[in-house]
Amino acid sequence: MSSKPTRRLDRVIIRFAGDSGDGMQLTGDRFTSETAALGNDLSTLPNFPAEIRAPQGTLPGVSSFQLHFADHEISTPGDAPDVLVAMNPAALKATLQDVPRGAVLIINTDEFSKRNLAKAGYDVNPLDDGSLESWHVHALPLTSMTVEALADFGLTRKEKERAKNMLALGLLSWLYSRPLDGTESFLKAKFAKVPEIREANLTALRAGHAYGETTEDFAVRFEVAAAPMRAGVYRTMTGSQAMALGLVASAHRSGLPLVLGSYPITPASDILHTLSALKRYNITTLQAEDEIGAVGMALGASFGGALGVTTTSGPGLALKAETIGLAVSTELPMVIIDVQRGGPSTGLPTKTEQSDLLQAMFGRNGESPVAVIAPQSPTDCFDSAVEAIRIATTYRTPVIVLSDGYLANGSEPWNVPNVEDLPGLDVEFATETNGTDPKGKDVFHPFLRDNETLARPWAIPGTAGLEHRIGGIEKADVTGHISYDPDNHDKMVRLRQAKIDGIANTIEPLEVDDPTGNARVLVLGWGSTFGPISAAVRLTRAAGTSIAVAHLRHLNPFPSNLEEVLRSYNRVVVPEMNLGQLAMLLRAKFLIDVKSHTAVRGLPFSSADLAQVLHEHVLHNEEGTA
Amino acid sequence: MSIDIGMPGSGTHGVPRVDEEAPKQTKKEFTSDQEVRWCPGCGDYAVLASVQGFLPDLGLKRENIVFISGIGCSSRFPYYLDTFGMHSIHGRAPAIATGLATAREDLSVWVVTGDGDALSIGGNHLIHAMRRNVNMTILLFNNKIYGLTKGQYSPTSDVGAVTKSTPVGSVDHPFNPVSLALGAEATFVGRTLDSDRAHLTKVLKAAAEHRGTSLVEIYQNCPIFNDGAFQLIKDRDEGKARLAHLVDGEQIKVGEDHVVVRNGSGMKVVPADEADEADIVVHDATAADPSQAFALSRLDDGTMAHVPMGIFRNVERPTYDDQVRAQVEGVRASAGGPASDDDLQALLHGQDTWTVNG
Repeated sequence: MSSKPTRRLDRVIIRFAGDSGDGMQLTGDRFTSETAALGNDLSTLPNFPAEIRAPQGTLPGVSSFQLHFADHEISTPGDAPDVLVAMNPAALKATLQDVPRGAVLIINTDEFSKRNLAKAGYDVNPLDDGSLESWHVHALPLTSMTVEALADFGLTRKEKERAKNMLALGLLSWLYSRPLDGTESFLKAKFAKVPEIREANLTALRAGHAYGETTEDFAVRFEVAAAPMRAGVYRTMTGSQAMALGLVASAHRSGLPLVLGSYPITPASDILHTLSALKRYNITTLQAEDEIGAVGMALGASFGGALGVTTTSGPGLALKAETIGLAVSTELPMVIIDVQRGGPSTGLPTKTEQSDLLQAMFGRNGESPVAVIAPQSPTDCFDSAVEAIRIATTYRTPVIVLSDGYLANGSEPWNVPNVEDLPGLDVEFATETNGTDPKGKDVFHPFLRDNETLARPWAIPGTAGLEHRIGGIEKADVTGHISYDPDNHDKMVRLRQAKIDGIANTIEPLEVDDPTGNARVLVLGWGSTFGPISAAVRLTRAAGTSIAVAHLRHLNPFPSNLEEVLRSYNRVVVPEMNLGQLAMLLRAKFLIDVKSHTAVRGLPFSSADLAQVLHEHVLHNEEGTA
Repeated sequence: MSIDIGMPGSGTHGVPRVDEEAPKQTKKEFTSDQEVRWCPGCGDYAVLASVQGFLPDLGLKRENIVFISGIGCSSRFPYYLDTFGMHSIHGRAPAIATGLATAREDLSVWVVTGDGDALSIGGNHLIHAMRRNVNMTILLFNNKIYGLTKGQYSPTSDVGAVTKSTPVGSVDHPFNPVSLALGAEATFVGRTLDSDRAHLTKVLKAAAEHRGTSLVEIYQNCPIFNDGAFQLIKDRDEGKARLAHLVDGEQIKVGEDHVVVRNGSGMKVVPADEADEADIVVHDATAADPSQAFALSRLDDGTMAHVPMGIFRNVERPTYDDQVRAQVEGVRASAGGPASDDDLQALLHGQDTWTVNG
């Protein structure tokens, strides 16, 4: 046990920031695992440059990882860090603006050379000029402490220096009373083949811990008690992992093989990586020649009776548009996962945004409706993937899942479901003819629809007697033959729309959270803004203001009670990380003047800022002003 | 005709066959009830008739045959065959066929495409299908023109071609589809002519029997927008003098009295009586190195003075789809077979869990 006094905190936000070669993401991941093991609720936000190794020591090269952990339920990675670990001047310069005065700065002084200060744009050393006086600064030579701890190792100085992130992790682990066992096992496994490196990292980690224990620089250590959580088995998971596992679970439950066609694109590639390693679960991954090839492969696999899936980000979704239209026209199941990033064009590849909603809705030629859903948190990607496959297979339609960079890379605890509790998924292929031709011969009608769902039969090659042709040309209702008949086209366009609209019959009505029951203002979100909106609503309510909140998972079709919900409030506020795309859909569909609140900074909303916005809306509503 | 007994390596291995006792399938069974809507005199009719005629010879169950096409006149093809089919979108048929062929070992997958569909808008998918060697047979109808859009020049149109979009002549250098396929290391590359039914059937059958991507360029006349594009070789007398029929293991002859000889790194055509026997090229479609086949493909400089016809290349290379399936099956087998619910549960748990007690 520690000899120093321990102070209990209810929540802490830590940000690790360094050069993109400093291993900050790994450090953050390990601290997250240690924290999860203690039963805290947590939420993380990795933030890194698009460049793999931007020039060392520069502002564009800063990579950071923010972690929020608490003894109660939390929903965001937090707005303002309580502790910043800055491994170099650039990291300090790039992140200090987010760190409130009074917070703790742990700064690696070894990197504050004249050259590095200049690279970061400091004329004078901020450690010397008094500019950090308002913060609680721990200026520590982390690099040389690491080299010293590894004095007995036969490694080069450079190799020794590389373990400095583990020294920092050891120190922070001590400071917040995190156990080291998990990280020790991790390092043992990761460096099993290079014993010298393994021992160096372990030694640095323990040295950091021991330093906290002995130094006078840190007088107290902190602890954060476990958060009350529903009983069960938990793990931490990122959105990308959750999406992949949701797909795997659905494929397993359906008994169908899953074929992923994908072309590497940030921030979606992690799903491809994860699924590529899960062949055991009858998963085939095809890395295509381009985005169009990828979605074509998925559609070809679906035609053959597999679960065709493609993963991409905004620019890739644009390229896949025509093939998605073909899937709409041929009425084949397909799941398209768009991990949204900042746009337009290449935009901000590693930053988050919600600006593909209208592209998902309308980004194809012709009347081309598809189902659109969006996960609300990293672990909700699992349930969204399951739901996407349910809709795609039940209605024989493409389904677009709108994840984003924040969800894909962020992580949180996940209550692992029991496999037997997962929703069942019975997919039936057509096996028999379903009609007769004018001569009375039994024939197969590929576009004879199910009365309830309007879905057409899924008749896969290899089924005798069901030979048929499908394609992108308009087809005659029922028979599927090529048809240019005006009335038939009008009917087919309406049937395809009615089929998608009908999905609303099988989705849960929108639930509103309004504990007082007297709120007059509703805040409505979709996708990854769930966390910041929830936190902002908690802050607003804590200030004594009534506000109702609801969150959309289904963007097309909307839940059938949505209009009724919107009309039952005086004012509806819609925060989005775009310029008001959901707001536009709501206004167009319901003629309701929703209030749009937008930010497109490549970062999630700050919950404090959002709380302020909500508070003002409640005030304006009471005053009857806009 | 050789009978395919489904030996490994055959293009149709793994595809269910009709019962040998059953009456032979007929052309009629492979003909759909849809009215064929090509222009009168279109070369596509001959190819369709040939394909409908020889598909029964493959002895495959009709329901296990799938034709995928892109966009263009020839891409209507699947609608006229009573097999499974998809008339997809412009240029993407090879990608869709790759997904299908990989997902389903038990299907015989065919792609029908044209010079614009395959070589222009779909060029990327075509070259990648060929380099991967996905088990599929690609029929590339080359009429050197855009027909369905009414007469613009295509990527195989000759320099100087006067078309609707090139009123003063095309300046685009054309692709030689056979050279392109060989450059992409296609494992089977052939060329045939719409009006030569016997040759067409022979080459298509060999293509179907090949395991891997087979690309067959079919010279096809468009009577409306580019009539007579292949007249020089279709004309009985002219054709005889210009065509070089490729026969494996035999010297390559052009007409009756010319032969193909080596000429530096390339080839040329000389009168047979002037050729040194040792210089005369003996055709070897099975050579691992595609250089000779490539040199052969360059014999026609676009003037159709000397046009090799037949199978340029026919080599064995593991196919993409077989290997992808083998990886999945290998992983599953070494893990003890298909994943159970317990396996899935273990996957969901991962390595690092903690338990909260209620």
